[in-house]
Amino acid sequence: MPAEHAHEHAGATHRHPVDFDPTAAGPDPFSAERRADRPLRIGIGGPVGSGKTALTAALCRTLGAETELAVVTNDIYTTEDADFLRRAAVLDTSRIEAVQTGACPHTAIRDDITANLDAVERLQRVHPGLELVLVESGGDNLTAVFSRGLADAQIFVVDVAGGDKVPRKGGPGVTTADLLVINKVDLAERVGADMSVMCADAHRMRGDLPVITQSLTDDPSAGDTANWVRQRLAEWSRSTEPVV
Amino acid sequence: MTERQQPPPSGPASSLAVLALADARLPGGGHAHSGGLEEAVHRGTVTGPHELREFLRGRLHGAGRQAAVFAAAAAHAAARGAPRSHWSELDTEYDARVPSPAQRAASRSQGRGTARAGRTAWPSPALRELLSVTDSPHHPLVVGVLVGASSLAGPKDAAAVVAYLALSGPASAAVRLLGLDPFAANAAVAAFETDTERLARAAARTAALPAAELPSTGAPALDLLAQAHRKHHEEEVRLFAS
Repeated sequence: MPAEHAHEHAGATHRHPVDFDPTAAGPDPFSAERRADRPLRIGIGGPVGSGKTALTAALCRTLGAETELAVVTNDIYTTEDADFLRRAAVLDTSRIEAVQTGACPHTAIRDDITANLDAVERLQRVHPGLELVLVESGGDNLTAVFSRGLADAQIFVVDVAGGDKVPRKGGPGVTTADLLVINKVDLAERVGADMSVMCADAHRMRGDLPVITQSLTDDPSAGDTANWVRQRLAEWSRSTEPVV
Repeated sequence: MTERQQPPPSGPASSLAVLALADARLPGGGHAHSGGLEEAVHRGTVTGPHELREFLRGRLHGAGRQAAVFAAAAAHAAARGAPRSHWSELDTEYDARVPSPAQRAASRSQGRGTARAGRTAWPSPALRELLSVTDSPHHPLVVGVLVGASSLAGPKDAAAVVAYLALSGPASAAVRLLGLDPFAANAAVAAFETDTERLARAAARTAALPAAELPSTGAPALDLLAQAHRKHHEEEVRLFAS
């Protein structure tokens, strides 16, 4: 049934045709933000000392020239990681934000992501063309994962020096992260870690989700992980699914 | 006639919005703020439950009262559909009553976070008006708007929420920073039930005043702590943002 309704836009009353056909699908007047309208946010989490900051620095060095990127760090006590990144001069200082977590690093990346979203928004204001924001969590435990409201994809970093049983212990970081990185594989022999056990356990716990083994001593560019990030960026720029 | 015989038209303070806004689990960024307590701990001013209680007394009657006055006024303004100019005045007047830049920044940071949670959970024309003035409004104004836009709650409820938060934030920070017995910290908060109720009622009585005539409560000691905290941030490390 054709019909019309009248209403006001900015003080001027005018009329629109109204279609009562329930199958009619016009353009969505409340269309959500498209993915490509904001930078991809990748969370990097994992236990203390597993190499999150070293990986973040490596990704900045490798991807910094080809991608507009910035970093948010979440240290428990300090601005140590942000200072490290600034000292290492892998990124311009204006591209690094440090978040204070009120002694609860997992809260800041999972239960109440406000401070991190504020940091991302500050970076976006200063660098409107940002394509990628790496959010590095404070060192935490195996249960700490990023909220999907903060990270579009997440990397969980464990290391062989933490013991080859870590993947077997599981926890949401190991089992559900979009990428598991087993770091410092050059140390495996020295700490008596069996890489075949670690990798088999990791794949068994994670099903089809990917696992990368790396040594930043052997490959300071973190080539495999950087390639994984490049693939996520390519998917992100192609996707038109709405996000919040 | 006592107040008990004359219940407020909004009914008792039990609307879900009121409870959720006072809940520490609200994802509004409050968990990263200690309300000056970290600096007090650093200075050795607060070392146990007794000092915590005295700290909370000062915080409630200083910063808490000021926040309550403006939360009540914002709830009143939201309920009557106040124009944008009124939100702008409330914003300016709150600034004028909080002399410490560090405390103003902490208030705006928590206001911005609470507004982000509010836009998703409790959108309203009043919230849009407030956010059109600034994207980082003061925390009591945001709480007032979110409570006032609810048909089940009113100015006194908004005042009670921010007064309670003025206590619960530092108390939970004390547990984390000093390893205090959580039951003792909780009891320190509960001790202020009567004070909080009186303060919220008083704030509700002034809620309809013009912004410039709203009561002002100085809290110079907290201001000094907040400033010192910021200074220490620049020199060494701190756990909390304020």
